[in-house]
Amino acid sequence: MIETDIIIIGAGPCGLFTVFEAGLLKLHCHLIDALPQSGGQLTEIYPKKPIYDIPGFPEVLAGELIEHLMKQAEPFKPGFTLGERCERFERTDDGKFIVTTTQGTEHKAPVIAIAGGLGCFEPRKPPISNITDFEDKGIEYIVRDPNFYKGKKIVISGGGDSALDWSIFLANGIASHVTLIHRSKSFRGHPDSVQKVLDMAASGKIALITDAEVIGVEGDAMLKSLNVESEANGSQVIETDHWLPLFGLSPKLGPLSEWGLNISKNSIEVNTFDYSTNIHGIYAIGDINTYPGKLKLILCGFHEATLMVQSAFKRIYPDKNYVLKYTTVNGISGF
Amino acid sequence: MSENINITVIDREGMEHVLVAPTDMNMNMMELCKSYELPVEGTCGGMAMCASCHLYILSEHHLPGKSDDEEAMLDQAFFVKRNSRLGCQIQLTERLDGLRVQLAEVSG
Repeated sequence: MIETDIIIIGAGPCGLFTVFEAGLLKLHCHLIDALPQSGGQLTEIYPKKPIYDIPGFPEVLAGELIEHLMKQAEPFKPGFTLGERCERFERTDDGKFIVTTTQGTEHKAPVIAIAGGLGCFEPRKPPISNITDFEDKGIEYIVRDPNFYKGKKIVISGGGDSALDWSIFLANGIASHVTLIHRSKSFRGHPDSVQKVLDMAASGKIALITDAEVIGVEGDAMLKSLNVESEANGSQVIETDHWLPLFGLSPKLGPLSEWGLNISKNSIEVNTFDYSTNIHGIYAIGDINTYPGKLKLILCGFHEATLMVQSAFKRIYPDKNYVLKYTTVNGISGF
Repeated sequence: MSENINITVIDREGMEHVLVAPTDMNMNMMELCKSYELPVEGTCGGMAMCASCHLYILSEHHLPGKSDDEEAMLDQAFFVKRNSRLGCQIQLTERLDGLRVQLAEVSG
């Protein structure tokens, strides 16, 4: 069991700056993030994109900002649980929380700060009403083990790299039959992969259907067939063992939406006095929270983190006086 | 100060909203819809990464072409039609006066 003062869910800019502000008040932090590295969307999605609205930085690359924030947090020796998604929390008899990840790692602290940004990235699901009936019963959004498809008839949908790469891979002696269905004639994937798929379609190794879309799924206990509508052939039924709709990922609140927090518009409602949620001891800062006048800006998240740790301090040390620190007076003393 | 323009947005219930939009604020359609509290999420903050601002262009306005990022995102979105665009990639300029758009269904 990892014990700390503040469990921070999300190791993006807000989470990292929380470590610094908490450190000034002698509070230890431990960050948990589903991604394998810190920085959140800044390192995962746009590390080379310049940001222009960080006070004091006329221009800074997203990746550089994270490097600076890591350096700024470093004296306060934050702990990290990376590559694991927070699944649930429970309360302990001594008024603390235990947060458990998908991998079963347990973290204990009196305060939780949710700095989850856009949330967790989850597969984008086609809008077919009964699609959930066949999830893991023939419909998979992620290829976990390619050998699972050995000797099977499969259909892949999508036009990006993962749809192309898996079509090529699974059509090479693994699946018994591979059909690739894509909404247009042009593919967005890597030109080499596109060419390879076209070559394999020409030689009959992949059945390629373009300008077409899967609009329905049917089966009983398991998926049996797909209804496909195409510009050229109208609607047709394709029998298959598996369907892999590979349409990329979109951010979702994920398991946090089941925590009993007040949610509005996919965000966690907070009190702007201290960014506390409706659950005493749980705070939410940065892009994941909402309140009247909310702006999703990194700089606003920094402000929220700063006020939040003052309140967290009072929750942890009710008898001590609130301490505002000016770093210009004493500098930084780490742990 | 440059002139404001009028843009008509049809929401998912079929209601028409005439929005008065500034052209000197460096705003895009997603931000405009959000500022009028229309149901457009703009989850990714305008980086063409989520399609939550997916809309259809109904008028004949000539818009600047799609970037690779926008094409790639629309490729992975649902309910995509020939006139689909991402609102966050449409900058508001005087040439867009009288634009009519319809919000696409939300999915995934």
